[in-house]
Amino acid sequence: MNNPNKYRLRRTMMFLNCQKPSLIKDPYVYKPDSIMLDLEDAVAEREKDAARYSLYHALQEIDYRGVERVVRINGLDTNLWREDVRCAVAGGCDSIRIPKTENADDVRTVEYAIAEAEREFSRPEGSVLIMAALESARGVINAMSICDSSERLFGIALSGGDYSKDLQVSISGTGVEFMGARQHMVIAARAAKVQCFDTVWTNLDDMEGFRREVEIIHSMGFDGKSIVNPRQIPVVHEIYTPKEKDVIFAEKVIKEIDTKKAQGIGVFTVDGKMIDIAFYDGAKRTIALAKASGVYKGDL
Amino acid sequence: MEIKKTAVAGTLESSDCMVTVEPADKGLQLELESAVIRQYGRQIRKVALETLKRLGVRKGRVSIVDKGALDCTIKARVECAVMRAAEHEGRINWGGMIR
Repeated sequence: MNNPNKYRLRRTMMFLNCQKPSLIKDPYVYKPDSIMLDLEDAVAEREKDAARYSLYHALQEIDYRGVERVVRINGLDTNLWREDVRCAVAGGCDSIRIPKTENADDVRTVEYAIAEAEREFSRPEGSVLIMAALESARGVINAMSICDSSERLFGIALSGGDYSKDLQVSISGTGVEFMGARQHMVIAARAAKVQCFDTVWTNLDDMEGFRREVEIIHSMGFDGKSIVNPRQIPVVHEIYTPKEKDVIFAEKVIKEIDTKKAQGIGVFTVDGKMIDIAFYDGAKRTIALAKASGVYKGDL
Repeated sequence: MEIKKTAVAGTLESSDCMVTVEPADKGLQLELESAVIRQYGRQIRKVALETLKRLGVRKGRVSIVDKGALDCTIKARVECAVMRAAEHEGRINWGGMIR
């Protein structure tokens, strides 16, 4: 399976309630990288059916202008999730988010249902990707096996609300209660070469706190953050866009390594800093992110 | 599809519409209320009637109160109201009856 969207840019993933037509009709105007069309917690129990019909037609008829369309299905402990998968795959979603993922078998169970739906609705095999939300201590502990569970899995996400309940702590706003889970999940994701996403920040009146949190998770290695309000999007994109000096340096590093490699030189300096091949992948990532963010127009 | 009971789907929020479906002895009646009925009334009726036809509804009273819904929302609300009124359960025919 080789889905070119597996490693696409996902700095922001905005949650939208499928029950609300006003929310799902034009979220692309805010330019998130992904939208999360929610059939789960945001949808009232008696409106689950209505949300599915809205989702199907929105996916079929609204041009989301390149924004990734992820669908959050209901949990595997409900009798709703199988029809959610059929609806999302038939509608044409890009990815499915599994809530409350506890282990690798959860991912494989959903993967099987997705594959069945792809055949039923004549979609290419492997066209629908998966992300797994970890919402419990057990899920976080099993992050590594979850990350390795499926070729379709592009990433894992921390879901802070349920996780904090399971950990028997309250959300402080400092992030101290999430430190262990965040670090563990990023390491697992990197080891498995998948992406890692942080939980939502729900205090919309505290934009300074939000900014601080995004700076922290960016420096920890997260690929992006779940978003609940369009106001949060520009803050995340600004923090995730490589600074001009970093782009210039990365460009020099790549070009110098390519040149010196041909000359048989392994270690050298760029702008007074010692550089070797270990810097190559990081510099490549900076350029790729700069390109994706629209701030690199060079020839690399 | 047979309308067995009265059912409602949708809301009166902006960009939505509220669809009520009721049993009737014969024929299909469609009532529409919308602030943009002069501009879009014909289109809303067309979408609703096509949806009802796809669902195989031949008898019933359908009322739509539109609050600026897109075509995709009108379809979704009509389908949901009809499915509820028909007491449909089980797998949905996505891409067939629902499209």
